[in-house]
Amino acid sequence: MEFSELIRTGQAQAELLRGPEMPPLRGTLCVTGHHLLLSPGPQATPDLWLLLLRSVDSIEKRVAGDAGTITLRCKDLRVLQLDIEGVEATLDIARSIEALSSLESVITSFPFFYRPKGLRLGESWHFHPPERYYKRVARETRAWRLSEANEDFSLCPSYPRAVIVPRTVDDDALARSARFRQGGRFPVLSYYHAPSGTVLLRSSQPLTGPQKRRCAEDEELLQAVLAGARPGARGFIVDTRSAQAAKQARMTGGGTEAKSAYPGWKRLHRPLERGRPLQESFVHLVEACGDLEQSMDRWLSRLDGCHWLSHVKAALSTACLAAQGMEWEGACILVHGAEGTDSTLLVTSLAQLILDPLSRTMAGFQELIEREWIQHEAPIFLLFLDCVWQLGRQFPLSLEFGEGMLLALFDHSYASPFGTFLCNSEKERCLCEVRTRTHSLWSGLNQPKEQRKLRNPLYAPNPLAIWPSVEPQSLRLWQGLFLRWTHPPEPSEVAWEKVWQIATDQEKTEGSQPTDSASEPQP
Amino acid sequence: MEHIRTTKVEQVKLLDRFSTSNKSLTGTLYLTATHLLFIDSHQKETWILHHHIALVEKLALTTSGCPLVIQCKNFRIVHFIVPRERDCHDIYNSLLQLSKQAKYEDLYAFSYNPKQNDSERLRGWQLVDLTEEYKRMGLPNSNWQLSDANRDYKICETYPRELYVPRIASKPIIVGSSKFRSKGRFPVLSYYHQNKEAAICRCSQPLSGFSARCLEDEHLLQAISKANPANRYMYVMDTRPRLNAMANRAAGKGYENEDNYSNIRFQFVGIENIHVMRSSLQKLLEVSGSRGLSVSDFYSGLEGAGWLRHIKAVTDAAIFLAKAIMVENASVLVHCSDGWDRTSQVCSLGSLLLDPYYRTIRGFMVLIEKDWISFGHKYSDRCGHLDGDPKEVSPVFTQFLECVWHLTEQFPQAFEFNEAFLLQIHEHIHSCQFGNFIGNCQKEREELKLKEKTYSLWPFLLHDQKKYFNPLYSSTSQKLAVLEPNTVSFNFKFWRNMYHQFDRTLHPRQSVFNIIMNMNEQNKQLQKDVKDLESQIKQHKNKQTDGVLTKELLNSVRPESPALKTSLCLKEQTLLPVKDALRTVEGSSPADNRYSEYADEFSKAEPAVVSSEYGVARMTC
Repeated sequence: MEFSELIRTGQAQAELLRGPEMPPLRGTLCVTGHHLLLSPGPQATPDLWLLLLRSVDSIEKRVAGDAGTITLRCKDLRVLQLDIEGVEATLDIARSIEALSSLESVITSFPFFYRPKGLRLGESWHFHPPERYYKRVARETRAWRLSEANEDFSLCPSYPRAVIVPRTVDDDALARSARFRQGGRFPVLSYYHAPSGTVLLRSSQPLTGPQKRRCAEDEELLQAVLAGARPGARGFIVDTRSAQAAKQARMTGGGTEAKSAYPGWKRLHRPLERGRPLQESFVHLVEACGDLEQSMDRWLSRLDGCHWLSHVKAALSTACLAAQGMEWEGACILVHGAEGTDSTLLVTSLAQLILDPLSRTMAGFQELIEREWIQHEAPIFLLFLDCVWQLGRQFPLSLEFGEGMLLALFDHSYASPFGTFLCNSEKERCLCEVRTRTHSLWSGLNQPKEQRKLRNPLYAPNPLAIWPSVEPQSLRLWQGLFLRWTHPPEPSEVAWEKVWQIATDQEKTEGSQPTDSASEPQP
Repeated sequence: MEHIRTTKVEQVKLLDRFSTSNKSLTGTLYLTATHLLFIDSHQKETWILHHHIALVEKLALTTSGCPLVIQCKNFRIVHFIVPRERDCHDIYNSLLQLSKQAKYEDLYAFSYNPKQNDSERLRGWQLVDLTEEYKRMGLPNSNWQLSDANRDYKICETYPRELYVPRIASKPIIVGSSKFRSKGRFPVLSYYHQNKEAAICRCSQPLSGFSARCLEDEHLLQAISKANPANRYMYVMDTRPRLNAMANRAAGKGYENEDNYSNIRFQFVGIENIHVMRSSLQKLLEVSGSRGLSVSDFYSGLEGAGWLRHIKAVTDAAIFLAKAIMVENASVLVHCSDGWDRTSQVCSLGSLLLDPYYRTIRGFMVLIEKDWISFGHKYSDRCGHLDGDPKEVSPVFTQFLECVWHLTEQFPQAFEFNEAFLLQIHEHIHSCQFGNFIGNCQKEREELKLKEKTYSLWPFLLHDQKKYFNPLYSSTSQKLAVLEPNTVSFNFKFWRNMYHQFDRTLHPRQSVFNIIMNMNEQNKQLQKDVKDLESQIKQHKNKQTDGVLTKELLNSVRPESPALKTSLCLKEQTLLPVKDALRTVEGSSPADNRYSEYADEFSKAEPAVVSSEYGVARMTC
């Protein structure tokens, strides 16, 4: 790959402004294949400032006299300003950044070149998340099996090679069910809730279409789920669209499960926003958070108007509903929307955090993300992180990871030297050999030096379900993320450091080891 | 008590206003002379002090009984259902009588008896000593002196006896100035900044009308600016909105004319009056108290109530004051109309920003005694202790506490006390259990002989101070000597722990504070144990030089060692916070939360039909 073709100029003198709380940096600016570098000279600290070009979201350039200004809006919500000497240099650098930051090819992206010291390729990859999870399920029940029907991704390109399905349903039936579901996403097990013996499933919408088509194998599959749980078990289908939207989807070939075709299953509609409206909500919130001068009334009205916290509340409520159905009603739950790749995953992953103590450990959380999330670069993944943050605020001792972990996931989901969040499906990841040619984010994050940033010093394993309050008074704006650059919460960071100090003092004086081992991801 | 007609009603239901729609606790309601007590079937007790009751309402009879709703001044709202209407009526009438007293002597403080003798009680009252406090500030000094002008409350009834004024201000000047100020509240010192030699002074509005002047008043202000060697200019902060101050001129009051006073810089700050604040809080509570509140309704309600805007305005005023002293070395005179509401807020908050002492547990008590109690903030009127004019009631002090809470949120390490301390003080401004907040000024308090007949709150808080410590407090941090809060709008949040203090289901399910406190305690204990053991080893080593023997000795000592015993106990205690956490987590169940209303749906025959509207309207906003 010839990056050099895209780089118009070698270097220029520039000053970098990084927001109100950070001192400006002066030095030599330089564009490389993946990075923007600023070198302030050998005696400066830090001696090098580095920005991954992938993280540039938009770029504005302005020239006046014999200098220019480039404003970079980054995907991690930072806004950077570069004052550059020379008009030509400014325009060249802007063009280079534009070209390089919008490169589509996965295999030329930075993770394929990143070779940090101390990490070995292939390390810490969760190579087979469903297989690993199946081992857990198999210890509890015989009702499920691991199917390799999707070995060659022919059933469903966005599913992994192996999926967990009812033991009594054979691979042929799975293939038929897959043809009856959008994108081939037939119902598979997402989480087995051992205390109640019930399960959480996910899928995409059934392709009933205007003729209200049916699929015997799909119906059998869901029947088998109930039979496997316990005789007479009930099921609920949580459709993340409104009843009307689900009905309308029939016109375009989609639809929802007809009541008569799936005895024992009931449908609940919990409309969750996704796609464009969610993106807009996010953009509006970010805009509001960038305005330091606005009056209280204006701020509150923008906070209200962007609806972001309404989405947080809706997502958490729906996840609680699903979790409650399992733990309190002893029912099986199937979650889907249309494609089953966004709000569906939001609900299934949050429901697991609520119910499953293991998913609240560092290792468990990483596995959960590997297992549930396909695409990370969307506000829906951020919405998920925000909901997790709300859970962490309400149960400050129950999550092994802290806010730093959620922020790191947010940052890496948009632009990362690691390969974990590359590609949008398992199939693509295999084609690009992501797992063998890039480093896993987890290997980066699980290094001891990162731990203080990522862990919750107050963590105490909690075997119970954590039921959050979803009242508006109990939900808060995630300042640590949305106001991270405009309004850094310095005193609270110092306080956090103090909490760490107290917690580690405790460990030292008690002579017990820090609980690192519990959360090392197993090979 | 003659007001109590029924002392006990059985089979009363207590509804939770936020958890599941119709779940309730059944129990027995008792009415005592001072409290309303509900004991539920799990023997859990809910005590409500009669003085805390702000409003009792009897709602229309329902099939299950007669609903009785009680709103308290500490923001607790309880909803009882009394099976028989007659009982409900009796309780209702009794509570109406008991919650509103006509005379000070009927308040709880006059009958409250914590089993202390007279000298203990007196020592309690001496705990906070303002003479000492002025000494701590470095007063009197060459520029400021104690004035005896108000020794017998002759000049100003609502001021304390002891007042500090500029040394060069003679008595005739003071008397003259006091005649030119509302309620005689002439300019006096509230806080003296020793390093900057600048003072915070306070007073009420001048009776300037459209053109009146008072030479003595002008002299007194000049004396204040002269008492500051570093800056001859002084600020006069009128904490009212300009329009309000202008309107006062028509009534012969108003504000200082810069032309008549030399060396002053006059500044309006724009904090609204007690009536605006009362209705603002009322609106806030209406919003936050509504059932099935959507996120959108909540935020538009917050905006409409304006409460956070007011909190920001008060904080901004205090920052202005602190900056004038820190940056410009200037003295500041603060007033509003009468100088006992907004003026108290701004002076005390300003001092809190400037002086770390006021951010300690003891210092905060002193601050309240000085700027609020002694300078005549009308607690009894503002809190409605007695049956009186409801227009005098206003949450001015609550607002001050909230401003402090916001500072504790922004500077988690700057305060020795925690949120519980603020909540506890708030509890007691209304409880009338202690004498501190009874009455409207010092003179009145002396006439009521509060120090002889009632107890002071402060020693009781100090006795429990463990509960109020902030484990993150860093007393030595130089960075936190003077606080410079950022009042960008993002920093102001709804104070859930105040306004929903008693709505258990809305709160975080685990307390970080408690666990850090416990860790801190244990750290200290363990470190002490380690030291004890080390010194024991040393002793043994001195006796026995043989290493092997020492080891054996240590082993044999083990079971008896008191130090080890304590640390063994502590080991068990280490589990405690976790257990606590579990208990609170157990306490959280889907039944506590609103998503559980949909439990009904699980058993409904036609979920698909119901859920769309139901879901949109109540679940996803």
